[in-house]
Amino acid sequence: MTAILALALSEFRIGLRNRWLAIAMGLMVVFALVLSAAGSGPTGSLGVDRLSVTVASLTSLSVYLVPLMALLMSFDAVAGEVERGTLALILTYPLSRGQLLAGKALAHLAILSLAMVAGFGAAGVLAAILDPRAVEGLPALVRLVLSSIALGATFLGLGYAISARARRPSGAAGLAVGLWLLAVVLYDLGLLAAVVADNGGAFTLHVFPLTLLANPADAFRLYNLAASQATGAAAGVASAASSVPVPWSALSVALWPFLAFGLALVSFRKVQP
Amino acid sequence: MTLKLQDLTKTYGPARALDRVTFSVAPGERVALLGHNGAGKSTLMKIVLGLIPHDGGAVQVLGAAPGVRRAGVAYLPENVAFHPALTGEEQIGLFLSLRGQDPRGARALLARVGLHDAAARRIGTYSKGMRQRVGLAQALIGHPRLLILDEPTSGLDPVSRRDFYALLDGLSAQGAAILLSSHALTEVEARTDRIVILSGGRLVAEGALERLRIEAGLPVALVVTPATGQGDGVATHLPGAERVGEKLVLTCKAPEKLGHLARIAALGPKVADVDVIPPSLEDIYSHFSRRDGQ
Repeated sequence: MTAILALALSEFRIGLRNRWLAIAMGLMVVFALVLSAAGSGPTGSLGVDRLSVTVASLTSLSVYLVPLMALLMSFDAVAGEVERGTLALILTYPLSRGQLLAGKALAHLAILSLAMVAGFGAAGVLAAILDPRAVEGLPALVRLVLSSIALGATFLGLGYAISARARRPSGAAGLAVGLWLLAVVLYDLGLLAAVVADNGGAFTLHVFPLTLLANPADAFRLYNLAASQATGAAAGVASAASSVPVPWSALSVALWPFLAFGLALVSFRKVQP
Repeated sequence: MTLKLQDLTKTYGPARALDRVTFSVAPGERVALLGHNGAGKSTLMKIVLGLIPHDGGAVQVLGAAPGVRRAGVAYLPENVAFHPALTGEEQIGLFLSLRGQDPRGARALLARVGLHDAAARRIGTYSKGMRQRVGLAQALIGHPRLLILDEPTSGLDPVSRRDFYALLDGLSAQGAAILLSSHALTEVEARTDRIVILSGGRLVAEGALERLRIEAGLPVALVVTPATGQGDGVATHLPGAERVGEKLVLTCKAPEKLGHLARIAALGPKVADVDVIPPSLEDIYSHFSRRDGQ
């Protein structure tokens, strides 16, 4: 445990010096504030409190931003150490590869969590100032923060797996961008095309909800929109949220980090420095 | 034995990086691993450290398989590198924590390798020699029983090299076994107990330098400086000697050396001085690595 904490501390320092913490926090705060200010329009017509609507907007933001930040932080984790030549030395120390990965993950997750707490917290404070009923939306905000951290952990794990398999930072960066595009853009587009082609058939009714749960980004969106009953504010693929039970999407959101880290560990164990 | 290799073999596809290599290192012993680039030195070290698997033969490190007793093994990689954003003190502090020691000992450890003043600076600002010394500092943590040092003195200036070997002497006196590779043959000559020469993945020579010197059977050079005006006179008494400027150089096999010396001594005042130059480690090294057709 001491080893993991020492590694995490050192990795966190690197995150501070590389300005990762500042960039991530700044990005989240600015986007969250802009979205919550811009998202004030539909409040009256939907009859829900301001914070719940803000959470729906923030969910859409998180789906894009959190995986991107997590991948940018993690793609270099193994490949960068291989290229710098620092991996061979650390692997001769009396610690397991799991511990090494856990130390990095702990630091990266702390940075992501701080960014999310800052960003969503700022949005929550703003909503509370503008709308006294905003307190009703607080559980939704807490759910959003926690599930965002889970989403971040998932993509950190996937980023480490990519980093271990690519072996070179340039290759890992390309794969990370590819994974991001696939998970948050192309996957939904493909599903939409399939739904349109299916025209209300068996695929739309039975298979489609499951395919959404298989993608961590979609599961995250479904969970937050369904749990806070903010589906009215959502559109597109997200409107399927009502057809998927909340426990299912919650389970997917909770399981993905473990799956991703399992994949990262299996990939990392194959790396020969 | 601290380290024991028996018929160690490693193949990369059809190429044999290591071919039935057998040798061992005892506690307190300093062994130099010599060989051309690509002779298999780094591969051998990485196998001993448990970083890469081997295909054949047996390896015992501190009585166990490679990578098992990592707490007792220290490593200094070739061209050691660290994250440039961390300071020397932070980096060594991390390494101390990973070996279960107090990270506050970092500054003292850096002082031991002459980096006390740079401890609070980021490693990104260090020179190659300073990075090498950080690498050395981490290899000293926790009294390792086996040190694997890959080109440890590359990038160090002559004074730092001397300090480095003084540190090694202290460690081996405490019973640590040391396996180091180097290109700087002259320093290895004076500072190690035994030499292992690898060529094309095979062990071509092993033993104390004196034994290798005899085994190689390389000629000894006798450099004779004649007294003023006695050059021609001395030359007639030493047939086969080559004139190099004022001096005469006579090369002979090692067993003939004393006979020649006696003849030179018999010339009395005609000779001002005589030097005996044994084959250098470079000569011995080339002899054994070339024997393999390289």
